[in-house]
Amino acid sequence: MNDSQQDSTAPIVTMEKVNKYFGSLHVMQDIDLEIAAGEVVVIVGASGSGKSTLIRCVNGLEEFQSGRIIVDGNELTPHGKGGKSLQTIRTEVGMVFQQFNLFPHLSVHANVTLAPEKVRGLNNAKAREIADRLLERVGISNQADKYPSQLSGGQQQRVALARALAMEPRLMLFDEPTSALDPEMIGEVLDAMRELANEGMTMMIVTHEMGFAREVADRVIFVHDGRIVEEGTPQEVFDHPQHERTQAFLSRVLKH
Amino acid sequence: MDVNFQFDWQAAIASLPHLLTGIPWTLLISFGGLAIGFLIGIIFGLLRISPLRLLRWPATVYIEIFRGTPVLVQVLFIFYGLPQLIGGPINAVVAGIAAIALNAGAYISEIVRGGVQSIEKGQREAGLSLGLSRTDTFRYIIWPQALRRMIPALGNQGIVSIKDTSLFSVIGVGELVRQGQVYIATTFTALEVYLMVALLYLAITLSLSFALRLLERKGLVGQ
Ligand SMILES: Nc1ncnc2c1ncn2[C@@H]1O[C@H](COP(=O)(O)OP(=O)(O)O)[C@@H](O)[C@H]1O
Ligand SMILES: [Mg+2]
Repeated sequence: MNDSQQDSTAPIVTMEKVNKYFGSLHVMQDIDLEIAAGEVVVIVGASGSGKSTLIRCVNGLEEFQSGRIIVDGNELTPHGKGGKSLQTIRTEVGMVFQQFNLFPHLSVHANVTLAPEKVRGLNNAKAREIADRLLERVGISNQADKYPSQLSGGQQQRVALARALAMEPRLMLFDEPTSALDPEMIGEVLDAMRELANEGMTMMIVTHEMGFAREVADRVIFVHDGRIVEEGTPQEVFDHPQHERTQAFLSRVLKH
Repeated sequence: MDVNFQFDWQAAIASLPHLLTGIPWTLLISFGGLAIGFLIGIIFGLLRISPLRLLRWPATVYIEIFRGTPVLVQVLFIFYGLPQLIGGPINAVVAGIAAIALNAGAYISEIVRGGVQSIEKGQREAGLSLGLSRTDTFRYIIWPQALRRMIPALGNQGIVSIKDTSLFSVIGVGELVRQGQVYIATTFTALEVYLMVALLYLAITLSLSFALRLLERKGLVGQ
């Protein structure tokens, strides 16, 4: 099934000449991108530049019109015809959303055990064991029987992280995970993500937290109007931006 | 106005044993019809939001027809009209249940559609991104939340349908109103009997409201 697991040097994500349109809007233009196992890639760019669309294509939440995307040996083809490999990719790729998207009708614990039980077919005891371990790790273990609405935003986002990790993903996608949080809760979520990065998780992160990006990113990608305009190490992109679009963007975001 | 007229409580009470014989029929037709109507509503409500136009439009046609015509005409059509087509009589109770099922089913389809569409799209995306199939995402994530939001509207439809069964006295079903009419024919105590009939409907609909309120309150946890 999974050619790449034997070959540890193969990239986890490969995007080749990916193009996507929303109607006449060309939101991804000839995107070429490779992400190695264990790499932490931060994607920055102005609002509307196509950052969310880019990472949502990786787990098939958005279709694309041409090119190809290969995730851990499974190929997604244009027009959403992923079929079996789409399903496989989704079980191996976790995602954390800006708005958390916890399941409000389920307890914190059930939020985390749902997918391991229904997708992996684990029995309840085994799923609970995994959930207990992950909730403890993100510091939520004493809230496991509560419902999401009874938690703070920062706690909800940490539960969302635990929920995604319960599927033991090979790759984690983050779409502005701290943008909906009150300032005093941003730190606790970034701490949990930093820990994950230190453990070697492969991560694609869309964020406006430039300090965090500089600290954890192996590579920073700057997106403008659906194109990758510039990429490099945090030092290269943040300290010596080559492209004038990058310079303009950075001077705007670093001002406040 | 007849100033000497007295409301005869004794006559009202005396009619009760006879009126109560109508209750099982009223309950059978309303709740039988509503149960089937709920199934119809789930199926056609979901067809209505299908991505396939070929599935959407039959649902739309059904819903528009049965919402847009009176339930009285529907039951008359089924009871008197259909036998001409199928060449045999139709039981009046069956006709009543069918009319409620088809009529409530059309309204419930719209309730189901609205309930499912009211769930934020992030819920579906979260389910899919965890590797759940589309069916499991619907079953474990979308539907339980949608059902909770549908309870008030479903209760409302239940009350409307219970009251609609009173029309079926015209096809001779021995339900509540019919029993009242039969009783009045010999006692001429219309005021008393119709008041009792009204109170009995109220007892049924209030019980339903109360039960649904309990259900809703239980469901509040986690919302
Ligand atoms: N579902 C959609 N339908 C139409 N246009 C969309 C849709 N989603 C995003 N867009 C448009 O695509 C562009 C890129 O959006 P997005 O990837 O969300 O940008 P970012 O995440 O960088 O803010 C924007 O112009 C946005 O308005
Ligand atoms: Mg975005």
